Amino acid sequence: MHAVPYVSHDVLSDENLRQGIKDYSNWPTIPQVFINGEFVGGCDIMLQMHQSGELVEELKKVGIKSALLTAEEAKKEDKK
Amino acid sequence: MILIQRIVNNTLQLGRLNIMRGMDTVTGMVANSIRSKLQTALEATHLDVINESYMHNVPKGAETHFKVVVVSDKFDGLALIKRHRLVNEILKEELKNGVHALSIVAKTTKQWEESEKIVESSPNCRGGFGK
Repeated sequence: MHAVPYVSHDVLSDENLRQGIKDYSNWPTIPQVFINGEFVGGCDIMLQMHQSGELVEELKKVGIKSALLTAEEAKKEDKK
Repeated sequence: MILIQRIVNNTLQLGRLNIMRGMDTVTGMVANSIRSKLQTALEATHLDVINESYMHNVPKGAETHFKVVVVSDKFDGLALIKRHRLVNEILKEELKNGVHALSIVAKTTKQWEESEKIVESSPNCRGGFGK
């Protein structure tokens, strides 16, 4: 929805990776989402950030413009 | 209703039956532990501990997947991730021993009152390793 390119790794295919990432982030569950190398959260947090608009802001901070923001701006332009 | 029926079945299979007075629910040992730790540590004004293990590829009676809805003013001023880390810390033992999925809804009393108080169910299981 935000049209942000991302890379993903299947941790279930590698037990070392699966446990390793939990130790690295000090976070007990997967999935784990990182933006610009920084751990942001798991499923619940991503969903809540998306619903509250916080995700668009976080992406802005690292120089990424969400497709949702672009669409919203386009709508406002149309209304003018 | 189906959820309550499944929880009853699961818990009966474990040989333990814990009926909370005034509520038509039954809870297992791990669920009880989660509930009491969160209640004590966060002085929750609202707390739901839901065993979602039945949604997954695990044996009956498992207590491996939980959803917790915690409403506490101790979350005030804390970013989402800090709230989640706080809950993770409180439930450190459970997460080390058997619980490997924890869905968290963490709100302040004000946020909860202003919300629709609807908790979405967790995504469907995509497989797992089998029993």
